[in-house]
Amino acid sequence: MSTILDPTGELQPARREQLPRLPELAGKTVALLDISKPRGDVFLDRLEKHLGDGGIAVRRYQKPTFTRVAPADLKFEIARECDVVIEALAD
Amino acid sequence: MTPIPQGYSGFLLVVKKDCKTCQLIETAIAELQQSRALRVISQDDPQFPAGVRDVKDDRELELSYHLNIETVPTLITCQDGVEQERLVGWSREDWRRLTDIPSLGADLPEFSPGCGSRTVEPGMLEKLAYRFGDTVLQARRIDVAEMEDVHELMFERGWSDGLPVVPPSEDRVTRMLGGTSRAPDEIVGVIPPDQAPCTVEKVAINAVMAGCKPEYLPVVLAAVEAACLDEFCMHGLLATTFFSGPIIIVNGPIIKEIGMNWSTNALGQGNRANSTIGRALQLVIRNVGGGKPGGVDRAALGQPGKVGFCFPEREHDSYWESLAVERGFRREQSTVTLFAGDGVHGIADQKSREPKSLTRSLAMTLRTVKHGKIFGASSALLIVTPEHMRVFREAGWNKARFREELDKYLTFDGAELIRGASGIAEGMPEPYAGRRLTKFAPDGLLIVHTGGSAGMWSAVIGGWTATGAKGSSPVTVAIKS
Repeated sequence: MSTILDPTGELQPARREQLPRLPELAGKTVALLDISKPRGDVFLDRLEKHLGDGGIAVRRYQKPTFTRVAPADLKFEIARECDVVIEALAD
Repeated sequence: MTPIPQGYSGFLLVVKKDCKTCQLIETAIAELQQSRALRVISQDDPQFPAGVRDVKDDRELELSYHLNIETVPTLITCQDGVEQERLVGWSREDWRRLTDIPSLGADLPEFSPGCGSRTVEPGMLEKLAYRFGDTVLQARRIDVAEMEDVHELMFERGWSDGLPVVPPSEDRVTRMLGGTSRAPDEIVGVIPPDQAPCTVEKVAINAVMAGCKPEYLPVVLAAVEAACLDEFCMHGLLATTFFSGPIIIVNGPIIKEIGMNWSTNALGQGNRANSTIGRALQLVIRNVGGGKPGGVDRAALGQPGKVGFCFPEREHDSYWESLAVERGFRREQSTVTLFAGDGVHGIADQKSREPKSLTRSLAMTLRTVKHGKIFGASSALLIVTPEHMRVFREAGWNKARFREELDKYLTFDGAELIRGASGIAEGMPEPYAGRRLTKFAPDGLLIVHTGGSAGMWSAVIGGWTATGAKGSSPVTVAIKS
């Protein structure tokens, strides 16, 4: 028998349960997150109108750049102000 | 453990039977033990030397390792448990002085050199360092059964880039760690995409797998450190659908010290350092960071350089200051510069003998990086070979002059570049129509001299589509020993 060393990060991520899905959006605030890819705004403009027509409150957010993960402050802001988030991955 | 017994005053003698000098001095050893406290440490045969009362069996070499023995015989004198002096080999005069026995070894020759200690047999020091040294490896151990093929096991666990990897045994990793003075548990960086803290030890494990020699480890560590800098944006570079990956350019004295290839086929295969350093960085991202193709790596096509891409600058006969010097480092410093780039695009110009013509030629290809109509946010690495460099040298053009002239040939009217111009939908947004636009951002073009001395070719390596503050900027880091 031989022994080798594990080359991986040996991370043991905590398992977290998915939050319960909302049965409906009425009375909730929806975050629309633009990751700053071209034309993400086009997609989110349409969604905003669609949700607005249904009387659902919408707030818009934007990542500084699509190449980096969202800043912690932005994630915190969205979590504090909204009930659900829709993220636009566009090009 | 302490190899010298607590409070011990007397002599320690390290020998091995398989040493002609040790055999030669058996009578002197017998003589010594008659009047002095003597403990013999025998590396290969506890029955040797015959007739000695106090012989320690050191076939495992633990005592020899801790005493740092390189030659046998080694005679050490101790006072109250502390070493005072040591002699290696046999010298009658020195032994008589140290033992204070004027008649010692009367029948022996005056001098006989010793033999190599078993501790310095090839590969032995690393084994002993692992078994008896202070190096404590933290990584999880994985046992490989007798009937299991370790190479297949590593493929199956997803640790390979598709090519065979060297099994990271405890011995090999210990030997690799000998290439740096940094502590194995020092954190080098946080590796995307899993944001995994990465220790020197984990880098060493992946460097072993990539095929690196221990002397390459400082370069790999610097490359990992550089890749983790926020401005390099390794996470986004990994995740992109574009071709790009990290390209490592090495500058400074370490190029010669570790035998990198800056000459013929500098960007190609065949040199161990060039081929394995870049691969080690990619294996760190894959294994420690969890960044794998089809996972967070979403490249539509990728390119062969994503296995690993590393080369040095040809510095000794360059007419221009090196990339590292241009970026604020001293010539005698060793550095790595990381550039987020694609594959190699060759440029042929065998006719230009004056610099303006050659600059125009190079500009023609540089314009096409990313897209011939996308300007301002592009980046590229221009590799100038010695034969093209000669044209600039003979004309007395320094690097700054070349850059200045190049920018002229890479500046165009926005009207030619906007979306729809030349019947091509791609291009710059309409508002740029009335402006003059230059191809590269100020920090967007890196220029390196490297390659063989024959061939009027240069090369362009295009940069990632996301350049600068919104994406990746080149980073340069000094290599620490």
